[in-house]
Amino acid sequence: MTAPIPSAPVLSVRAMSKQFGGIRAVNNVSFDVHKGEILGLIGPNGSGKSTLFNCILGQLRPTSGHCEIAGRSTDGVRPADLSLMGVGRTFQQLSVFPRMTVLDNVILAGQEHEGTILTRLFGRPDAGLTDKAKQLIEFFRLTPYLQTEAGALSYGQQKLVDAAMAFMAGPQIVLLDEPAGGVNLTMLAHLKERLVTYNREHGTTFVVIEHNMEFVMSLCTRIIVLAQGEIIAEGRPEDIRANPLVIDAYLGG
Amino acid sequence: MTRLQMLFCALGLAGLIAAPLGQGNYIVYTMTSWLVFSISAMGLNLTLGYAGQVSLAQAGFMGVGAYVTALMTLAGVPWIAAAFVSISTSFVLGLLLGYPALRVQHHFLAFVTLAFNTLLFLVLRNEEEITGGSFGLVGMPRPNVLGLATDSNLSFYYFALVCFVVAAGVMWWILRSPWGRAFKALRENPIRAESLGLKIRRQTLLAFAIGSAFGGFAGALQTPQVQFIEPHSFALIHSLKLLLMVVVGGSGFFFGPMLGAAVVILLPEVLRFTEGYYLIIYATLVILLMVYSPGGLIGAGHKIRDRLMPRTEARRDMEKGFQL
Amino acid sequence: MAEFIQIILSGLAAGSIYALAAVGFTLLWQASQTINFAQGEFVMLPAFFVLVGMTVLGLGLWPSVALALVLSLLVLGVMFKKLVVEPMLPHGTLPLVIATIALGLLLKESVKEFYGATAQPFPPIFPQEVYQVAGASIAAQDIGNLAVSMLAIGGLQLFLTRTRTGRCMQATAQNPAVAEILGVNVKRMVMYTFLINAALATVASVLISPIYLAKFSNGETLGLVAFIAAIVGGFNQIRGALVGGLLIGVIDNISAVYISAQYRSAMPLLLLIAIILFRPQGLLGTSEGRSV
Repeated sequence: MTAPIPSAPVLSVRAMSKQFGGIRAVNNVSFDVHKGEILGLIGPNGSGKSTLFNCILGQLRPTSGHCEIAGRSTDGVRPADLSLMGVGRTFQQLSVFPRMTVLDNVILAGQEHEGTILTRLFGRPDAGLTDKAKQLIEFFRLTPYLQTEAGALSYGQQKLVDAAMAFMAGPQIVLLDEPAGGVNLTMLAHLKERLVTYNREHGTTFVVIEHNMEFVMSLCTRIIVLAQGEIIAEGRPEDIRANPLVIDAYLGG
Repeated sequence: MTRLQMLFCALGLAGLIAAPLGQGNYIVYTMTSWLVFSISAMGLNLTLGYAGQVSLAQAGFMGVGAYVTALMTLAGVPWIAAAFVSISTSFVLGLLLGYPALRVQHHFLAFVTLAFNTLLFLVLRNEEEITGGSFGLVGMPRPNVLGLATDSNLSFYYFALVCFVVAAGVMWWILRSPWGRAFKALRENPIRAESLGLKIRRQTLLAFAIGSAFGGFAGALQTPQVQFIEPHSFALIHSLKLLLMVVVGGSGFFFGPMLGAAVVILLPEVLRFTEGYYLIIYATLVILLMVYSPGGLIGAGHKIRDRLMPRTEARRDMEKGFQL
Repeated sequence: MAEFIQIILSGLAAGSIYALAAVGFTLLWQASQTINFAQGEFVMLPAFFVLVGMTVLGLGLWPSVALALVLSLLVLGVMFKKLVVEPMLPHGTLPLVIATIALGLLLKESVKEFYGATAQPFPPIFPQEVYQVAGASIAAQDIGNLAVSMLAIGGLQLFLTRTRTGRCMQATAQNPAVAEILGVNVKRMVMYTFLINAALATVASVLISPIYLAKFSNGETLGLVAFIAAIVGGFNQIRGALVGGLLIGVIDNISAVYISAQYRSAMPLLLLIAIILFRPQGLLGTSEGRSV
């Protein structure tokens, strides 16, 4: 009998710091995320969550520390290559292609992962992705809007398209930047239910930044709380809810 | 393509086939020029309208194609082989110029191509032993196609028309492939596109190189058309004219460059009464167009159509999101 | 050696004039993200304003220069900003780039049609004397040109760093949003930049036209040299544009004498390509961080 070999974490952040002038927005943060987890990253405004996110996603260069995706360093990796390494993401502000149809939005999210730039030039117009895209659109219950320009959808529907795009290439890990922001309650329940289902069916790892506590508590399997650039608490949602440090950080915010 | 679009294309093609019949030499020659410049402008449209980069060397690439074709056909090489070499040379030059320029943001490609076009002009003028210097090269033969000579202006027009249709077909193919979607995404939201795995620099570089290759092809066609080439035909001013062609017609629209080429070639005829003022009027028109309709004439047409027949507008109220 | 000094000095003199155009170009870029492809024509045009003042209105040289300055501020400063740049800002940078290309064409063709296609002699600003210093012939004109351009750029630098308005202009260039919050009248600062560019162009035009004669097509070379100087020095700063301008002036002169007159104008272009290949941020520039 052998003990199960612990698999390498999907995402591993090591001693990451980011300094803006004299301000340490992120201070020596380390954590691992394992396959299938839904990690929530919360904290009051200015706690450094967004900066941390941007450092992980290669939008900002960390002052020190580094980050690995499935054991591969992401130092100096550009956003496009990060996507090809299996990192999907959504954006805080709306990020669909407004004048393209929902179907085209979702196909685009997958096509750069198919073949090379030359095979894409000579291959089929949809890169053979129409069926897969339609399935994903169906998964998010957007099939009636297949041929609608994404810009004509409601805000919540656009958030769903954004999520579908993040999943299209079959990523190992998806980073969701405030998915609940500005979405109405019905749509929010739908989004949460879809995310959980997707996580269960595909074992995809999620990292979620979110302000909406209810949403995070019910979605995530583990939560990290940041305050002033440092991790002040980490644990299961129910433990975090009861942690006096966290309550302090939010109230003292 | 929808059935309606196919019908329009067929009608257009029939029109192009019928148009020169019974016309004088001068008109047929002018129409051939339109075909040649349309091919070149189509290529520039890929760079400018789809990949969003300014190239100020499209005439330079035409010059590369024209001189390569001239030198090769004068040496007895068949036109088709010379054209192939012209296209490849322009493509490779495009890669070489674009690779360093596109590493940097801003409109550096514009400056690099500007410098290239100016350098090329100097080389063409100064290397007299090869290029004939300011006197240029003369006497390039017109190609034989399947044993048919294209010596008459009418037969050369049809030859150019075939080349034009091939070029348009290639462009249509590029734009309906995943590349077309990538270009659209790049224009609408480059940051999101990059986060989905789109390698912007590589995509832009190849678009520029292919656009330049179209310039080389147009040059290869221009050589047998005019049968006399000299450096001034490929000077910077002509690159500017090509750029304005694309913009006036409507950059980013498939038929924009063809319309633009028609306007730029026909305008001097229409404005002949204004004598030398035509470039002044033209430049003013371009500035006005940029203020009122950056999408050029086709863009303006779309605007008017949308006003008359409103389609589903993107919901602007939703852009900022709403809080409950 | 004497000859070499001579070449360097006249190179610096020409280069300092290029620097004027390059500095204006850089300022416009900083203040409003305008890449002015008509910058060469901006330097070509004021000389013709002077000539109009002298030949048509019968004014003396200096009143004509004053007239040219006023007209330039009006046409190349106010009108350029109000009629071309402002209406196009909402469309992004590409249409503006194309509009300035068209504007360059418009100015060039207008001068050609309304004044003439031939090169016009332009009265010298400085005495045409040549002094012999240690075996080298030194033209008073070169010294004068160098002095005036350096004074203009030095004065500008002082204005930008030492006066309140100048500092507001710099704040606007660095971060318009923050400047606005701090109570800077951003629109006015941008307008000042356009006016300064027009003034620099006028000075450059008056200095360079006695050497190269006034010709409608002068802008092609001048514009290209200004771009190259700005890029070589580092696209985003005045010092860089100054160094770039001087460097190109010297290289241009050296290559004319020692390399080949035919390929003289190729040297700055090769320099540009080398810079973009090996040091795209320019000689004095620092690489800009990735935005977003």
